[in-house]
Amino acid sequence: MAEIQQKADSGGGGKKRAKKMSTKIDMTPMVDLAFLLLTFFMLTTTFAKPNVMQLTMPVKEKNEEEQTKLKESEAFTIIMGEANKVYYYAGMLSPESKPELKVTDYGPNGIRQVILDRRREQPKTVILIKPDDKAVYKNMVDILDEMNITNQKKYALVKISKADQDLIKESGL
Amino acid sequence: MTPMVDLAFLLVTFFMLTTKFAPDETVVVDTPSSISDLKLPESNVITLTVDKRKRVFFGVDAPETKKLALQRVAAKYGVNFTAGQAKEFANLPNFGVPISQLGSLLDTPKEDRKQLNEQQPGIPMDSLNNQLIDWVLEARKANQALFKKPTYIAIKGDGMADVPTVQQVIKVLQERDINRFNLITDLENKPVAAQ
Repeated sequence: MAEIQQKADSGGGGKKRAKKMSTKIDMTPMVDLAFLLLTFFMLTTTFAKPNVMQLTMPVKEKNEEEQTKLKESEAFTIIMGEANKVYYYAGMLSPESKPELKVTDYGPNGIRQVILDRRREQPKTVILIKPDDKAVYKNMVDILDEMNITNQKKYALVKISKADQDLIKESGL
Repeated sequence: MTPMVDLAFLLVTFFMLTTKFAPDETVVVDTPSSISDLKLPESNVITLTVDKRKRVFFGVDAPETKKLALQRVAAKYGVNFTAGQAKEFANLPNFGVPISQLGSLLDTPKEDRKQLNEQQPGIPMDSLNNQLIDWVLEARKANQALFKKPTYIAIKGDGMADVPTVQQVIKVLQERDINRFNLITDLENKPVAAQ
């Protein structure tokens, strides 16, 4: 595989010279290895496919009566506002009660903590997700992602109502 | 040195015979990230791209489905397409123009089309002129007729796209009983949520 050739002493001067050695290394095994690796990767790589997040909307019932009623005590509303702000309150909006609006952000100590706390208080909670018109698509995807992260199975994506928008304006958050 | 040169030669030949250029995307969209690691299906996918300028683009993967859908939608809107235009259409990955402008888009040569991409207005989806739903329905029917397989609807939205446009797309699809969507996202690591 390797060879060391010693140069014949050409009968130089009386001084002792160190024997010159030249080495030749056979490169064939390295090339074989490269070839094998290459063939392996040529045959086995697949291109990275984009990931998807599933979104299943409920079937729109024609008859209003058929839709399952949501209990006020179980509802929890999350509103995505502009500039990456997340508002939330417990319950649903009704003319009598004006719920207290709170604001948080998308960080790990923000809405995720809120959802987990809410679940500890009320295990049967159903989350209503209302994206404001001024929110961006990323906000919507982030909240749906939080549902996956916190293992929240019951949630619904609903249209924001004028009352909710007024609530945000009035609270000045 | 000879084996190395042989190897290089083999490589070059292999790639010369097997590379296909990726089709030029009409619009570059920056999708948001999510922890979901489900993969986009390989085939039978209709892709609706929503960019931050509120434009909606439509694309479907198989060229045959594209051709058949083009014929049907053209028939519905009373527009005619030549065989050459239909062939160009089958090579387009996606498009975002109302059907009235589709003919002129297909007639422009490929190099010039890139500049036009910036100006494509998107496919209309208002209730009076809902071309988007027509494209989606015809593509589904065409795919069913040609391949006997149902299609997946993938929504590729830009992170900064506005929510009302995406909601409108979803609403338009729900009106025709399409309730399952896949939102295309980048992968992010799943954080640990303390219970």
